Amino acid sequence: MNQLQNFTKGFIKENPVFVLLLGMCPTLGVTTSAVNCLGMGLATTFVLVMSNLVVSVVKSQIPDKVRIPAFIIIIASFVTIVELTMQAYVPALFDSLGLFIPLIVVNCLVLGRAEAFASKNNIGSSLIDGLGMGLGFSFALTLLGGLREILGSGAFFGFKFLPGDNMLVFVLAPGAFIVLGYLIALINKLRKA
Amino acid sequence: MEYFVIIIGSIFVSNIVLTQFLGICPFLGVSGKLSTSIGMGGAVLFVMTIATMVTWVAQYYILNPLGLGFMQTIVFILVIASLVQMVEIILKKISPSLFQALGVFLPLITTNCAVLGVAILTIQKDFNLLEGVVYAIANAIGFTLAIVLFAGIREHLDTMDVPRLMRGVPIALVVAGILALAFMGFTGLV
Repeated sequence: MNQLQNFTKGFIKENPVFVLLLGMCPTLGVTTSAVNCLGMGLATTFVLVMSNLVVSVVKSQIPDKVRIPAFIIIIASFVTIVELTMQAYVPALFDSLGLFIPLIVVNCLVLGRAEAFASKNNIGSSLIDGLGMGLGFSFALTLLGGLREILGSGAFFGFKFLPGDNMLVFVLAPGAFIVLGYLIALINKLRKA
Repeated sequence: MEYFVIIIGSIFVSNIVLTQFLGICPFLGVSGKLSTSIGMGGAVLFVMTIATMVTWVAQYYILNPLGLGFMQTIVFILVIASLVQMVEIILKKISPSLFQALGVFLPLITTNCAVLGVAILTIQKDFNLLEGVVYAIANAIGFTLAIVLFAGIREHLDTMDVPRLMRGVPIALVVAGILALAFMGFTGLV
């Protein structure tokens, strides 16, 4: 597999959300607006790239038996960095993402890539894999969040273009499940075509 | 009265799965059969209660006095991971029958964000130890309720004539959405 395929696989073919079904909690929890999604996506991308990098550098030093706890510590350190940075520079975004920032630690996507890819491949491929997967995750989140924002509050990235109350249910909890369900069906259709 | 509000609030009004979106992975992953979903609920109840107790003590007696509040995420996930391992070993020795029932679910719980989420929320809400334990138990019951209801519906779904593209995950998500819609009826109860 060349590096370009390695990078682009995260967008449609092996999209973490639509195809691999990883990292569902933040996917459903933060996608009330497109801005939130982009913030969450980029935060996860940073953690993913850095943890993939570190794991692929130290992979030969870690005994096989304790590799999962070791990966978790590496991931948790980067999550703490993101948490403190966001709290200092973008406090409004930090507040609206809330609990889901520390919960990047248990996002199965991050641990999954460390275990399935970075612990078996060299530094360069792991970096590109992390970046591609992270951007694919951000893309999926923004697509879902954008749709929910348009349907639910008639706005896109905060610009309101439909007046009045819209279908509020789409910004509330049930909308997340329903929109994601239809999106996955659509992606399945596209992949088979 | 206060405990009553915590219990009803976490089971129905802000159900951990259907309104707070924590623990979605096991909710979608092990809800295919009713019996496995009950097992998962039991394992979550067990681990969540102990984890909340231990992380509460770690926060107020270790992290806060030493001024290490920023280490919360790292310490909590390590505590939960080692706790799960320990519970597994102890359970195997003391009660093999319980281990048989819960064993396969225990490793999955480390990456169940509901456990870490409830531990952090207990600190954020300034609960004392007893309130924290009640909160954890109530949330675990809420999780079990949601996953058991969902598994019951999914078992029926298998025999239904679902459009080909919607089979599997898509229809499950739409059903979860309708379930969440039903839980919205509890809004404003407490």
